[in-house]
Amino acid sequence: MTPPELNLRGDLWIGRDCLARGLDLRAAAGRWTCLLGPSGVGKSTLGRLVAGLPGSARLGRADFASLRGQVAVMAQQDQLLPWASALQNVTLGARLRGAAPDVARARDVLDQVGLAGLHDRRPAALSGGQRQRVALARTLIEDRPVVVLDEPFSALDAGTRAAMQDLAAQMLSGRTVLLITHDPLEATRLAHSAWLLTADGSRPLHLPDMSPPRHVRDPAVLVAQAAIFEAMSCSSAA
Amino acid sequence: MTIVRAFVTASVALLLWQALVWGTGLPPFILPGPLRVAGALATYAPMLLENARFTAANLLVGLTAGVALGLLTALNLAASPVARGLMRPMLVAAQAVPVFALAPIVTLWLGYGAASKIVMVMLVVHFPVASVLFDALMRLPQPLEDLLHSLRARPMRALLLVRLPHALPALGSGLRLAAVHAPFAVIVGEWVGSSRGLGHLMLMANGRGQTDLMFAALVVLALMGAALFALVDLLQRWTERGRP
Repeated sequence: MTPPELNLRGDLWIGRDCLARGLDLRAAAGRWTCLLGPSGVGKSTLGRLVAGLPGSARLGRADFASLRGQVAVMAQQDQLLPWASALQNVTLGARLRGAAPDVARARDVLDQVGLAGLHDRRPAALSGGQRQRVALARTLIEDRPVVVLDEPFSALDAGTRAAMQDLAAQMLSGRTVLLITHDPLEATRLAHSAWLLTADGSRPLHLPDMSPPRHVRDPAVLVAQAAIFEAMSCSSAA
Repeated sequence: MTIVRAFVTASVALLLWQALVWGTGLPPFILPGPLRVAGALATYAPMLLENARFTAANLLVGLTAGVALGLLTALNLAASPVARGLMRPMLVAAQAVPVFALAPIVTLWLGYGAASKIVMVMLVVHFPVASVLFDALMRLPQPLEDLLHSLRARPMRALLLVRLPHALPALGSGLRLAAVHAPFAVIVGEWVGSSRGLGHLMLMANGRGQTDLMFAALVVLALMGAALFALVDLLQRWTERGRP
């Protein structure tokens, strides 16, 4: 399973509305690529396109059919089934496809994301951070080469968010990850490359040289974060 | 506390009722007082019980069969676009016919026994359960639809593993509606033609001017309705377990 490279090029349309013109960005194979930009510019739309989710969106003449079945999605809402245990939620994909779920592996993945001893809890009995860990485990067990993360950590408190970022960076390394976020710090910490999306196109953002996940206290991270913050402020003022 | 309050409310209502009977001097064949009704309940207890058993059995069998049929209809409609195209207009059109107006025909075809009452109950229960459940099956929140899509779920599996459990609380509301309609249907069935049951007993008592027996039958019927509601309430709480 070699993760593919993603080339996202063209005008982004949803129905008859053009959200962004002349996008031109690349998500390197096996790397984390971050999309930043003001609300409504179509970051999530782009994520849905890559993930092959139904909708009226299209990007230039791009065809994502070759990615079918290769993309896993993790979104802001954990989308856990409230009546099912953590373990049952993780094995949901296999059961939905009519395959025998690999329970041993599911338990293993749940342990890896730090939920040892909580396998049989229902979502209501888990914290927000723990629920996102279950969602991450459900994403991991699908073992897809491409992962779209659509603001998966934005509803978490700062401490939990940092822990989840580190965990995701570790568990998803080696896959082509498209991270959609509003948070300059998140982009600076996690991405190998980052792009700013506006209605007039896309441009690369500068990131520190060391490899992610980068530490919050690193001065280079803080400087890069400030620069991204300024770039985002300019783009939304324009 | 709730029991005490219910007891107080009931006592006050009974006192008012008795006061009304004494105050207006209405004859017992128009409005029997609560004491007289209590007397009738005691006197006719075996007869009331036997008829209540017949009515309750038909009610429960009809309700169960109607809910099962409604469930199957909803699942079938949700599973197959062809079934949706063919059956849905028919179902809606069928609702234009008041089910109670069908009672004479049902009785003509199925006779004076239990079958016609059971079918009457099934007819009124089927539609609310089927339509409420079908709507819920088709209205999964978009994020969950996305999840099904990205997990490449088979449609039948998605229906049974995600859509149906998600729609269970709606089935609970459907059951509530069913529990309201079902006693109507069983009594109408008995009024149209029956030799047993509380509805039959009421008609007979009415014909003989035994108003106290009519009221006694009504009391038993009310108790039956309350028990049915408690049961449905229990079922509904079960369907909502684990939900936030």
